[in-house]
Amino acid sequence: MAVKVRIPTPLQRLTQGKEEVEGKSGTVINLINDLETRYPGIAERISEGGKVRRFVNIYVNEEDIRFLQAEQTQVKDGDEVSIVPAIAGGGITVER
Amino acid sequence: MGYVSGLKCRECGREYPVDPIYVCEFCFGPLEVVYDYKRIKRVLTRKNIEKREKNLWRYKELLPINGEPQVGLQSGFTPLVKADNLARELGVRELYIKDDTVVHPTLSFKDRVVAVALTKAKEFGFDTVACASTGNLAHSVSAHGAKAGFKRFVFIPATLEQSKIVASLVYEPNLVAVDGNYDEVNRLCSEIANKYKWAFVNINIRPFYAEGSKTQGFEIIEQLGWEAPDNVVVPCASGSLLTKVWKAFKEFKEIGILKELGTKVFAAQATGCSPIAAAIKQGTDVIRPVKPNTVAKSLAIGNPADGFYASQVVKATNGYGEDVSDEEIIDGIKLLARTEGIFSETAGGVTIATTKKLIEQGRIGRNETTVVCITGNGLKTQEALTGHTAEVHYIKPNLGAFEETLNKIQSAR
Repeated sequence: MAVKVRIPTPLQRLTQGKEEVEGKSGTVINLINDLETRYPGIAERISEGGKVRRFVNIYVNEEDIRFLQAEQTQVKDGDEVSIVPAIAGGGITVER
Repeated sequence: MGYVSGLKCRECGREYPVDPIYVCEFCFGPLEVVYDYKRIKRVLTRKNIEKREKNLWRYKELLPINGEPQVGLQSGFTPLVKADNLARELGVRELYIKDDTVVHPTLSFKDRVVAVALTKAKEFGFDTVACASTGNLAHSVSAHGAKAGFKRFVFIPATLEQSKIVASLVYEPNLVAVDGNYDEVNRLCSEIANKYKWAFVNINIRPFYAEGSKTQGFEIIEQLGWEAPDNVVVPCASGSLLTKVWKAFKEFKEIGILKELGTKVFAAQATGCSPIAAAIKQGTDVIRPVKPNTVAKSLAIGNPADGFYASQVVKATNGYGEDVSDEEIIDGIKLLARTEGIFSETAGGVTIATTKKLIEQGRIGRNETTVVCITGNGLKTQEALTGHTAEVHYIKPNLGAFEETLNKIQSAR
């Protein structure tokens, strides 16, 4: 059993159309860098210089990692990681 | 022909054509409209503006449309009220209220952004407009969309108060109440926006929609006699309005309408949802999302899309961000009503109370000119004041009863 990583539509081109891929346990930033080895190009879309891009939200088991330990948040096998473009309605971002 | 040269990602600078798109395919940053200021400079002068009708379209060259305005022809150009009573109370020399409690037709600044969004939706050839909202935006899309002849889908959380439902329903949109919280409604709407060819004003039309907020800034400058104020205090939900008011000031400087610009921009938030003010106070670039808990529901965005940019504007202009408690918000609403006769929604209470705090802290100087942006009408959120207003004097229908009460009122003074 690995970490389940949910891929947003705009990035599915890089995962051969897969909505969900397997990730490695450890920190969130290591998980992203590990995805890069199998899905080249994906890391720079999600992060820049070891930081998650400003308009990408990452959730671990539905909790925003900014409420946890940000890029250093630990994920373990069985956890679910969602990658969601912020402005695309992933968070509480749309004006009421 | 309009004056827009294209769309551009605010984060990575990638350029895109003018289409109903809103997010950079590469880095997911927001797209922004780019104008040809050199051409605008030749046509948009003080003289030309002054000759035009008093609505938000008098600045049309700086709005992202190609042809003539089609929606909201009576919207905007709200009063800039010289607030002498409030100024006296707060101990400052010159204070103005930009009064968007009276925007036509639905009494909030959302009528500005929706006027622009729906004109753009017409240009793109959409026949259906939509939004996710709990209040002001729903009312504006329902009303403007009715007049403009659009099919309308308005998505709300099913738990919304009856009074807010009626204020949308009267315009007969398709009102869809979703069994879920705001977050879930928003998420559903982004899925719907991907699947159906509709103009979701605050999703796929967002770059154009957001530009409508600039008209509040343009009007402030014009109504101050073509001068910029020393300070402007703007309420922040997503932070978009603050960035656009500042963009308006800068654009007027860019095209030569404004000679000098040294305005400090201040962000006002409720303590129960103050991610932008918190970042400004801590001097960090990271907007840490919060779970909102405040009476100011129209400002309750815990993860503000433009929060970073709003904090950068505040920093660049030597402004500041402050936040106020629910009690201060209610007092702010009452203070504005008591001194200036203006009934604002809770967001206005936030702005007034924040202004008071900034003056007390000395961040807003007592001899400076300050404009306070009030963005919506209090009649829409009356429940916020339950238990906080003065009492009614109930009497029997005779003169004796009245005079007895009158004595009580006079002796209480």
